[in-house]
Amino acid sequence: MNLELLGITVLWTFLYGYLIVASIDFGAGFFAYYGKITKKDHLINDLISRYLSPVWEVTNVFFVFFFVGIVGFFPSTAYYFGTALLIPGSIAIILLAIRGSFYAFNNYGSKNNIVYLFLYGATGLLIPASLSTALTISEGGFLNVEGNKVTFLAKELFTSPYSWSVVALSIVSVLFISAAFLTYYADRANDRGARAILRKFALLWSPPTILASLLVFVSLREHNPEHFQKAVSEYWWMFAMSLVCFMMASYLIYIRKHFGTAFIMVMLQFFFAFFGYGASHLPYILYPHVILHESVTNETMAMALVIVFILGLLLLIPSLYLLMKLFLFDADYIKGKKQ
Amino acid sequence: MELDSVMLSRMLTSMTLAFHIIFATIGVGVPIMISIAEFIGIKRNDPYYLLLARRWARGFTITVAVGVVTGTAIGLQLSLLWPSFMEVAGQVIALPLFMETFAFFFEAIFLGIYLYTWDRFKNRMTHWVLTIPVMIGSSASALFITTVNSFMNTPQGFELKSGKAVNIDPIAAMFNPATPSKVFHVLTTSYMTAAAVLAAIAAFAIMKGKRSQYERKALRLTMICTFIFSILTAVAGDISAKFLAEKQPEKLAAAEWHFETEKNADLILFGTLDENNEIKNEIRLPGFLSFLAGSSFDTKVIGLNEFPEDERPPLWIHYMFDLMVSIGFFVLAVSGIYILMDKIKRFNELNKPLLWMITASGPLAMLAIEFGWIYAEVGRQPWILRGYMKVSEAATTGDGVGLTFILFALLYLVLGVLCVIVLIRMFKNTPAEAELEKRFPNP
Repeated sequence: MNLELLGITVLWTFLYGYLIVASIDFGAGFFAYYGKITKKDHLINDLISRYLSPVWEVTNVFFVFFFVGIVGFFPSTAYYFGTALLIPGSIAIILLAIRGSFYAFNNYGSKNNIVYLFLYGATGLLIPASLSTALTISEGGFLNVEGNKVTFLAKELFTSPYSWSVVALSIVSVLFISAAFLTYYADRANDRGARAILRKFALLWSPPTILASLLVFVSLREHNPEHFQKAVSEYWWMFAMSLVCFMMASYLIYIRKHFGTAFIMVMLQFFFAFFGYGASHLPYILYPHVILHESVTNETMAMALVIVFILGLLLLIPSLYLLMKLFLFDADYIKGKKQ
Repeated sequence: MELDSVMLSRMLTSMTLAFHIIFATIGVGVPIMISIAEFIGIKRNDPYYLLLARRWARGFTITVAVGVVTGTAIGLQLSLLWPSFMEVAGQVIALPLFMETFAFFFEAIFLGIYLYTWDRFKNRMTHWVLTIPVMIGSSASALFITTVNSFMNTPQGFELKSGKAVNIDPIAAMFNPATPSKVFHVLTTSYMTAAAVLAAIAAFAIMKGKRSQYERKALRLTMICTFIFSILTAVAGDISAKFLAEKQPEKLAAAEWHFETEKNADLILFGTLDENNEIKNEIRLPGFLSFLAGSSFDTKVIGLNEFPEDERPPLWIHYMFDLMVSIGFFVLAVSGIYILMDKIKRFNELNKPLLWMITASGPLAMLAIEFGWIYAEVGRQPWILRGYMKVSEAATTGDGVGLTFILFALLYLVLGVLCVIVLIRMFKNTPAEAELEKRFPNP
């Protein structure tokens, strides 16, 4: 494997990691708010907060990791995406900022402030939508490049069926992933009441997830036929695997068995879809301006980044394991018996 | 002043950084203080110190949250507002940026664990041990990100050929001449400011009439730390000045209104400039600039006239420099006086004027951080990469910077106000004495 492919794979894996942990977080915020206004908060909100409190900061790092990494490995992405994303990127930052700080204000400061909880819940659905514009732009057609000037064609983006289908997919998958995880978490906590509600959420959001995925496929065929062709001819099996995993997950949740396996299936579902999408997107990072092998940073830096990355993982994996052991797999903590 | 993309990008970056460094400084310094308090508490089996660590940690979570989100903002804004710069610099300094996120990751994990495991371990030292990775993580982030800033001041480890960086040496870029003095200064001032801020809180509480053991112990601990860290800060400042004199003389010269290259150069304190750049109303310390630059009155100090006019930093940074240094010495003096009065039984160290000065030194120290950074950043204008790329060549060509500036200004206003309100409420609702009795029934 050459360095640039290794680099993009590592980064894509981190983005996938962010997709999973952030979805759980974003969806949980929405469910917590929904629980509050429908007066079901006594059933689910404590559970949600027990999971989120120790990990919300870690979630954020996955994202920082990705964008610092991509600028390091592929500096020209900074130039094109940086110029293009000025407005959508800034909106995403502002939403992330509101979300992160209001989470802390609500959770550590004034408990159960409805305004804080609303901002926290609402941004959870808007952030995936605004972040997904970066993926949409990468398909090409939303930038005008003339010499040194890159112009972002906002109108094209807002009127494109493809961009809206991506937004729809990002929102429903957030709710689906989050509900599937929280069902499992409630099951671990032996909390029947919470489990019943969350299971309903998971089943509710399962059909829209698959519908939205199909919609993305259809609109991609119109928007970027080259990418679509590659996806269906070379990587069709990955999307097929994704569908199989999705069906198994939904089935297990439906029959109320093996919620842990069900969540792993959800993770695999998105793993296959995300990597199938990513692999068929190559060699373009930003169609047609940024191509993988032409835009990689020089070899010395790429080597240094890979070395640091491996060293960093040696530090992170045991730490993450410790975090999960203490807060995710410790039955007493989940049940709320430990402070 | 024209409000073009360049100016607006500069304004937005300055605003984000000015807001972020308040929380970043607390984020680097406060973990040290929490760790010290918890360690003393366990060693002496003193519930007051344990409670101190707990309460500081609780407030700390709020500031960390704002620090994290504004840090994410500046990280992304670098690419959004300065795409051409990041395209070049991304190839040279990606390494420390990448390492910074690792350090941040490490800190985030262990801070999460620390905050939720107070009563989880049989041996209380196990919980204290968790502060070590948090301190390492926060200080290491500061270290790595400061190497990036140092690189912008004294770039090395690459060659620029038709807009592309070639022959890159990531390690040389990271350990550039500015790195040691900057990192040392950033770390010591963060520790000092955090200690001073916590001391100010304790002093303010005592002035308001809360004179229990808890507040007294808090004040003594934070004042001793402030004193030690201010001495280290002064040393770091001296090293920085000597570095500037040697490697970045235009920054020191602009700060000191030093125009002609000469030996036995005077140090100018405050004063004003007229339109002919004649210095008025100043306090002049003869020869002391030479002494500051090289520990001897014979040191030759390079003057601003050696530099072409379009490569000189603005002269108003003189005030930033003077204010930063004055505040530094003020905090050092106040903490020194407190310690003396505390040691000598004859004096009452809790007298009103001193408490007032301690209360003032917290916010003042934070202001000094701001002034120092403004001095450091404006002092390298017009360069974004000194000697390689000017700020005007690096800014985005995209439209809409003005709109984003307004949005971010509103965001910081809301976050700043709410952060203060939440913090005040948090501690007003649970006074220390009540919490002490609840947690440690038999002290």
